Amino acid sequence: MAKRIDVTGLTAYYGTHKAIDDISMHVEPKSVTAFIGPSGCGKSTFLRTLNRMHEVTPGGRVEGRVMLDNEDLYGPGVDPVQVRRTVGMVFQRPNPFPTMSIYENVIAGPRLNGSYKKSELDDIVERNLRGANLWNEVKDRLHKPGAGLSGGQQQRLCIARATAVEPEVLLMDEPCSALDPISTLAIEDLIAQLKSRFTIVIVTHNMQQAARVSERTAFFNLEAVGRPGKLIEIDDTDRIFSNPSEQATEDYISGRFG
Amino acid sequence: MSEIVKDKRGRAPAPTPTSGAAGAGPDGGGPAGTGPVPAGPSTLRRPRLPRWAPAGVALGSVAVGVLVGLLGGLESRVQWGLIAALVFVVATFVLTSAVEGRRQAVDRLAASLVWSSFVVAVLPLASLIWETVARGIPGVSWYFLTHSMNGVLSWQEGGGIYHAILGTLQQVLLASVIAIPIGLLTAVYLVEYGRGRLAKAITFFVDVMTGIPSIVAGLFVLSLWIMMLGFGYSGFAGALALAILMMPIVVRSTEEMLKLVPNELREAALALGVPKWRVILKVVLPTAIGGITTGVMLALARIAGETAPIILLVFGSNVINANPFEGAQSSLPLFVYEQWALGTQAAYDRAWAAALVLIVLIMILNLVARGIARWKAPKSGR
Amino acid sequence: MSATTTDPAPAPAGGPGPEPARRSAVRPGDRIFSGLSKGAGITLLVIMAAIAVFLTIRAVVAIRANEGNFLTTFEWNANADPPVFGIAVLLFGTVVSSVIAMLLAVPVAVGIALFISHYAPRRIAGTVGYVVDLLAAVPSIIYGLWGALFLVPHITGLYEWLDDFLGWTGVFSYDGSPARSLMTVGILLAIMILPIITSVTREIFKQTPKANEEAALALGATRWEVVRMTVLPFGRSGIISASMLGLGRALGETMAVATVLSPAFLINISLLESGGGTFAQNIASQFKEAGAMGRDALIASGLVLFLLTLLVNGAARLIIARRKDFV
Repeated sequence: MAKRIDVTGLTAYYGTHKAIDDISMHVEPKSVTAFIGPSGCGKSTFLRTLNRMHEVTPGGRVEGRVMLDNEDLYGPGVDPVQVRRTVGMVFQRPNPFPTMSIYENVIAGPRLNGSYKKSELDDIVERNLRGANLWNEVKDRLHKPGAGLSGGQQQRLCIARATAVEPEVLLMDEPCSALDPISTLAIEDLIAQLKSRFTIVIVTHNMQQAARVSERTAFFNLEAVGRPGKLIEIDDTDRIFSNPSEQATEDYISGRFG
Repeated sequence: MSEIVKDKRGRAPAPTPTSGAAGAGPDGGGPAGTGPVPAGPSTLRRPRLPRWAPAGVALGSVAVGVLVGLLGGLESRVQWGLIAALVFVVATFVLTSAVEGRRQAVDRLAASLVWSSFVVAVLPLASLIWETVARGIPGVSWYFLTHSMNGVLSWQEGGGIYHAILGTLQQVLLASVIAIPIGLLTAVYLVEYGRGRLAKAITFFVDVMTGIPSIVAGLFVLSLWIMMLGFGYSGFAGALALAILMMPIVVRSTEEMLKLVPNELREAALALGVPKWRVILKVVLPTAIGGITTGVMLALARIAGETAPIILLVFGSNVINANPFEGAQSSLPLFVYEQWALGTQAAYDRAWAAALVLIVLIMILNLVARGIARWKAPKSGR
Repeated sequence: MSATTTDPAPAPAGGPGPEPARRSAVRPGDRIFSGLSKGAGITLLVIMAAIAVFLTIRAVVAIRANEGNFLTTFEWNANADPPVFGIAVLLFGTVVSSVIAMLLAVPVAVGIALFISHYAPRRIAGTVGYVVDLLAAVPSIIYGLWGALFLVPHITGLYEWLDDFLGWTGVFSYDGSPARSLMTVGILLAIMILPIITSVTREIFKQTPKANEEAALALGATRWEVVRMTVLPFGRSGIISASMLGLGRALGETMAVATVLSPAFLINISLLESGGGTFAQNIASQFKEAGAMGRDALIASGLVLFLLTLLVNGAARLIIARRKDFV
């Protein structure tokens, strides 16, 4: 079910400003791919082009091709709503819907796509909360607001919400940067479990995290502030962290800049 | 339940709708019955209306509206417009349902309703401006601005609004002389000194005061100033009511501006040993002065158009009375009302012309206020 | 708008709670200045109290002398001897015209607010927002003039139409006379309160957390679904309080009603035909002919209007304050 992503010649703009330039790569199905790089290198922007969230930003514009298996996300007649349903996303800050309960948060996505019986909804909630390692913590307060949970719990709720629509790919934009170390560990464990079902792409600031959770790592960089970000290299995570082929990657990994 | 739960590692056994299913039918497929869809080339695509469809439907709807209006002999253009809007909304919904599916149809329905509400609102407002300008311009002349209505009979043409402009200026000026100091000081109290119950009460009642109908403010001044204390009708009595209406607006806007002044600025000055009142006068108020001026001017624009209390307290006059403390005066909004009430064509023309002058005056005040706001936008925070 | 930021305790700025410089007793300059500003605040409270007190005093005089029932009499002969007057017709007219205005204005205002905050291209949205703010400044007498001389003659076609289809209800029957009715007043009031409701709801819609909107998008929501899932629930209490503020304006509006309505002291079942009256309109129209007792009677009706708007505005403020607590 999980799909492979092939990107060719992707360039993204904010208005007239070019944010990332000519990026090509492929992402393997049912694996974790990590994006690392200094701030402003465009890794988050690139991530958002993979489910057409970039164009939501005013002035956001994309050139190039993103193939999901054999279909171009930016092809003619493609519906961005369909794309986002197929490629789910988890954001930097936990963002459960504040006016909804935990239960309603999980079923928010499925509910858009059809009508369900109560028992089916109960199933979806339990399955996805268990899948997010959250069920035991919240099963007694499913109908309380999601905003009442701790930051780490909220983020796992958001992951449950994203998996509930059964996407093919899960994008994660620095999912742990707003969390404490213990919650971070819980999310990392969860990622390891989720990759058996989804193609996962994760942006992270934390190089250890990239090393821990990913099979492949892509390093992004920019020549100077105001210049577009570029993909320097993408390779197996072990290679990137032990013996990268580019000098810039080595400098970044070893902490010589960034 | 439990076997499903144990299956958390793999995909769910129950075939929940996949992305492929949703694209196909209007309903996206229920949870049951939709088998796994082979990953074909069409999972992300769905049939879409061409880009020109909304414009085309809009054009068609207008045509239908005009046609029905002409054939049905409907006189009012409002009806034509309503028919067209209705046809547009329904046609968009039906077309989208048929081609793109129910969710997209609802989405387009919402969008067309939002756009229609925008159009529905803009039309009367545009008409209001248009009518005022078109009917007002013929009446405005130098003579009109510099003469009073002294000796002009209701059906006669001619006459002018000099006395009304004079009255408005004096009343607004007097009102601001009363309201601005009280308003400013109250705001200073609330932001710089106010603690506890008194401040809370003042804040609450300032809000309440904002909602007082202008006619009630007029009745209050009438009962106190004219009926109780025995003064006569005068511009000043009107100014008292206007001041009551102006105060809460000044307090609110000043308060907002003072809160924007960064605390470090106050602390820096206090740390130099400057007394607090001088810090407020020399540092806080000057920093916020741009925003405060904007607020005051908006308040002025607001009260300059008030009519109701003026009817009760200034009474109206056809002659120039340059003394706002003694005897009846006129004012621009009151003049518009009086001329409308006369009901002759000449009077209507004067009413429109005066309305145009009033609207121009108020728009100038507004634009200048907003200009100042943009010019002196508080450069605080970072 | 100020309406959204009415924190009862202006805590953020004005840090100096405990005086930082304690080395001397309070300086005379400080004492004078803080006394002055406190005095100004108290003046405001005194004015509010005085409004209530003086209106009540005059109202009591009038109601004592009234030979009719103040609440139920369908008559306004306050200058007669003995005076007979009642507010039944005025209360009916005020409430009905304001409710019509609300029913028409709120959905449209929410639509425009959504248009500005979520639908229009950014440049258009900015302009529209600006224009809406300017329109809020148009004086009510000009709305009244436009209503009386443009809207009234142009709306008869619509009323005949309503009469054709809904005339059997009685509420929408129309006799073809000039449309100087409560319905026309309601429509005009709706146009007048549109800007204020729009600008308050717009500000609240804009505060919808971007993160939540993006979350909804990422679940595959259409634009309307994003609005329904995030913007509307988030802004619900804001819409309610904005509507109440608009209602407060409509209740107290004088000139637009006085110019458009053809008043009569009766309750007409048909909203499209002339007759009826509102508190504010009645005061403005009757004032010039009123004698001493007539004025007191008008002031008594003004007191009722005052209380009515206090109630509505107080409710709006309470909703806003409550909202702050949990958002």
